[in-house]
Amino acid sequence: MKEKKLFIDSIKKSFGRNFLIEKESSGRWYISLKKGQLREVVSFLLKEKGFRFSTASAVDLLHAFEILYHFSADREGIFLSLRLSLKRERPSIPSLSNLLPCALFIEREMRELMGIFFEGHPDKKNLLLPDDWPKGNYPLRKP
Amino acid sequence: MSKKRTVSVPLGPYHPLFEEPEFFNLYCDGERVVDVEWKAGYNHRGIEKLSEGKHWDQVIFLVERICGICSTSHPFAYVNAVENLAGIEIPDRVRYIRSLVGELERIHSHLLWLGLAGHFLGYNTVFMWAWKYREPILDLFEEISGSRQNYAMMKIGGVRRDIPIAKIPLIEKSIADLSPKLEMLSSAILDDPVLSARLKGVGILSKEDISLFGAIGPVARASGVAIDVRKDFPYAAYGMVDWKVITREEGDVLAKAMVRLEECMESIHIIRQCLLGLKRVPEGNIGVEVRDIPGGEGIGRHEAPRGECFHYVKSDGSNQPVRHKIRAPSFMNVPTFMASCVGHTLSDVTIILAGVDPCYCCTERMIRLFDLQRHSLSVSDSSLLERSRQKTRSIAAQLGRKKVWK
Repeated sequence: MKEKKLFIDSIKKSFGRNFLIEKESSGRWYISLKKGQLREVVSFLLKEKGFRFSTASAVDLLHAFEILYHFSADREGIFLSLRLSLKRERPSIPSLSNLLPCALFIEREMRELMGIFFEGHPDKKNLLLPDDWPKGNYPLRKP
Repeated sequence: MSKKRTVSVPLGPYHPLFEEPEFFNLYCDGERVVDVEWKAGYNHRGIEKLSEGKHWDQVIFLVERICGICSTSHPFAYVNAVENLAGIEIPDRVRYIRSLVGELERIHSHLLWLGLAGHFLGYNTVFMWAWKYREPILDLFEEISGSRQNYAMMKIGGVRRDIPIAKIPLIEKSIADLSPKLEMLSSAILDDPVLSARLKGVGILSKEDISLFGAIGPVARASGVAIDVRKDFPYAAYGMVDWKVITREEGDVLAKAMVRLEECMESIHIIRQCLLGLKRVPEGNIGVEVRDIPGGEGIGRHEAPRGECFHYVKSDGSNQPVRHKIRAPSFMNVPTFMASCVGHTLSDVTIILAGVDPCYCCTERMIRLFDLQRHSLSVSDSSLLERSRQKTRSIAAQLGRKKVWK
C-alpha cells in the first residue's frame, strides 16, 4: 500500500498542482485534464512511469462527451484513468497515435461509433462500419 | 516502397484458413510482405449498444454471447466491473468457483488454439490430439453448469450454481488425466523438426513492440513481458492460490505456443488448489443479494485466455447501464501484425496472424441503427445481406477484378 502511495505521489510531484488526482473508493485513480495537457501527460506516464495503455472509452453525457484513457501500471498494481470533457458540437481531441500505435484502432472505433474527431490521425477509413455508412450517423451517440 | 509497385493479396473476409470473418490486405513484393492493412467489422453485432437497453442482470447473458470460445471471460470481467462499481464483496466459495471456471476455460481455449495452429500448418495430428484432449474439459463444463459452452455461471455478487462436494472427484480425475497428455503434446511439439522450422524465429515481437502496441496475454508473455491481470490486480481466488506467470523470451510463434501449453499446466495447478478451497468452505454460500446498483462507474478486468478483457460500466442509479465499453484482448493483439508480419513470406503470414489467437467475435460488437423519423430499422436484415454482397463486389472492384469468382 505504501509503495502505491509513493508511486502516486511521484506522479503528483511531477505535475505540481495543475492536476487533480482523486482516489475512488474502489482503488482506481483519476486525473482530470484539459485537452492541451493530454499528450504531455500521456508521454510522461508511458516513458517515465512505465504505464501500459489499456484502452479508451467515450461516454455521451448529452451535454458533452467524456473520454477516459485507461492506463495500467502492472508492476505497481495501479490503474489510472485520464478524464477529459469535450463539447457536444464537433468534438475533437489530439490523436495519440504517433505516441502510441495501439491507440490507432481505438481512436478509429471512437470516431466511427461516437463521432469524436482525432486531430492528426493518419487513417480516415472506416475500421468497423461499412465504407458506405451514412455520414454523420454515429451509432453510439444518445438520440 | 510505394504500394503501387507491389502486388496485393487479399486474405478474407471469408477465407477457408480463418474460422472467422476478417480481412487482411497483404502488399507483397514477390513473396515478401511489405505492408498489411486490416479491415474488421464483418461480425459486428452492436453489443455495447444492446447492453444499454438491458438491465444489469440481463447484460451478463448478452456479454456471454460475445464469444463462443471464451464465453465466461466477458461475464467474468463484467461482474468484476459491476462489483467494483457497487462495492460488493463476494464470499470465498464464489471466488473459488469463478477461478475454477475461468481456468477450465483457459485450458480448453488454449487447446483449441493449438489444434488450429497445427491445422494451419498442415499438421493435422496436432489438431486431432489437441481437440481430443479438449473434449473431457467440455464434458466437465456440462457436468458443472449443464452446458458445454455459455455456462451461465456468473451472477452479480455470486455464481449461479454451486459445485457440490460430490462432483469434486470427477473434476480431479479429468484434470489428472489431462496432465500427462499435455506433457506429451509439449514434448511432441518441441521435438518435431518440421514444427520448429516453421515456428522458430517466425513473427518475432520484441519487448518494445509489445509496449508500443499494448499487446497483452500470451502474446506479451511470449516476448518476456510478465503481465497478467490475475497476478497484478488479484481478483476472485487468484490472490488466494499459489501460481506463477509463465513467460518466454523468444517472442516467436513457437514461444507463444509453448506459453499457452505451459499455462494449461499452471491452470491445472490453480484448479487443484481451488478444489481444495471448495472442500474447506461450506457448501451453498454462493452469493450475496444485490438489490440496487448505485450511480458511478466501475472497471472490471479478467485475464481471458487471450489476455486482459476490459469492461467499463457507467451507471446513473437506474436499472440499466448508461454506457458499457467492452475491450476484448484481440483488439490490442491483432495490430501487432504491423510489427510481426512485415518482412516475412506469404506462407508464414498466416501462422503469424493466427499466432496471436485472434478472436473476432470479441473484437466486434455491431450496431442496429433505428431511424427515428421513419420508425424503422435503417439497416434491415435483408439489406445487410445485400450490403454484404455489395461489399464483396466493391472489394473485388478495388482490387481490380470485375467478378468475385472467376
